[in-house]
Amino acid sequence: MSEPVTAVVFYVFAVLAVLGALGVVVLRNPVHCALSLAVVFVSLAAMYVQLSAPFIAAAQIMIYAGAILVLFLFVIMVLSPRIEFGEGALPGQAVAAGIVGLALVVVLAFVLLNGHLASSTGPFTPEVIAAQGHTQIIGGILFTKFLLPFEITSLLLLVAIIGVISLARVKN
Amino acid sequence: MLTVTHYAVLAAILFSIGAVAVLVRRNPLIMFMGIELMLNAVNLTFVAFSRYLQNLDGQAFVFVVLTVAAAEVAVGLALIVAIFRSRANVDVDEIDTLKG
Repeated sequence: MSEPVTAVVFYVFAVLAVLGALGVVVLRNPVHCALSLAVVFVSLAAMYVQLSAPFIAAAQIMIYAGAILVLFLFVIMVLSPRIEFGEGALPGQAVAAGIVGLALVVVLAFVLLNGHLASSTGPFTPEVIAAQGHTQIIGGILFTKFLLPFEITSLLLLVAIIGVISLARVKN
Repeated sequence: MLTVTHYAVLAAILFSIGAVAVLVRRNPLIMFMGIELMLNAVNLTFVAFSRYLQNLDGQAFVFVVLTVAAAEVAVGLALIVAIFRSRANVDVDEIDTLKG
C-alpha cells in the first residue's frame, strides 16, 4: 500500500476505535456498549493487518470479537431483565473520572512523544514477514523461544476452566 | 508519514477511555468492557512496536494477553452470574458484604 493510503486507513480506523471506545463509556444500554466494543475490536484488527501482523488480526477477530464479545452478550441477555440500566453514580464521579482520564492521556502522550525508540532493530522487515509467512514465524517463536510462557498460558486456561465450573455450579 | 508514535498515542487514548469506563460506570459488565479496552490498547502498542523494531517477540506477549483476557472475562462473568443468583442487582456500590 502506498504511504497516503496507509495514513488514510489508519486515521479512519483510529477515529472508529475512539468513537467505539467512547460509546462503551457513554451508552446506557449494556447491549449497545457491547456492540460498540465490537467496533473497537474490528478497527484494531484492521490496524494489525496494516502493521503486517495478519495472524494477530485473525486471532483478534476470533477471540475478542468472536468469543469474548459473544460471552458478554450472552451474560447480558441472560441477566437483562434484572439489570438496572440507570446508574446510581456518586456525586461528581463522572467529572472526577473525566479529569483522571484526561490527565492519563496527557501523561502517556507526553512520555510517548518525548521518548526515543531503541535503535537496534531485528531481522523481521515486512518483506521478510511476507516472504516467510507471519503465522509460520509466530509459530516458530512461540514453540522455541517462548515455549515456557506458551505452556503457562495453557495452564492458565485450565485453571480458568476449573474456576468457572466451580463458580457457576448450582450448589444443592 | 505514519510513525510508531501515532499508534502509541492512539493506544494511550484507548487505554485512558477504558480507565474512565471502569471509573464512571457502576455496572460490572461495562467495567469489564473497560478492562478489555485497556488490554486491547496494550496489545496495539505491542504490535506497533514489534513492527517498528522489526522484532516479533512482542507479538508472543500479545498471545499471553489474549489468553489472560479470555480467562479473565470467563471468570469475571461467572462471578457476576453467581452474585446475581444470591442478590437482585449487581450495582458495584451495593456489593459491600466484606465491608467491616
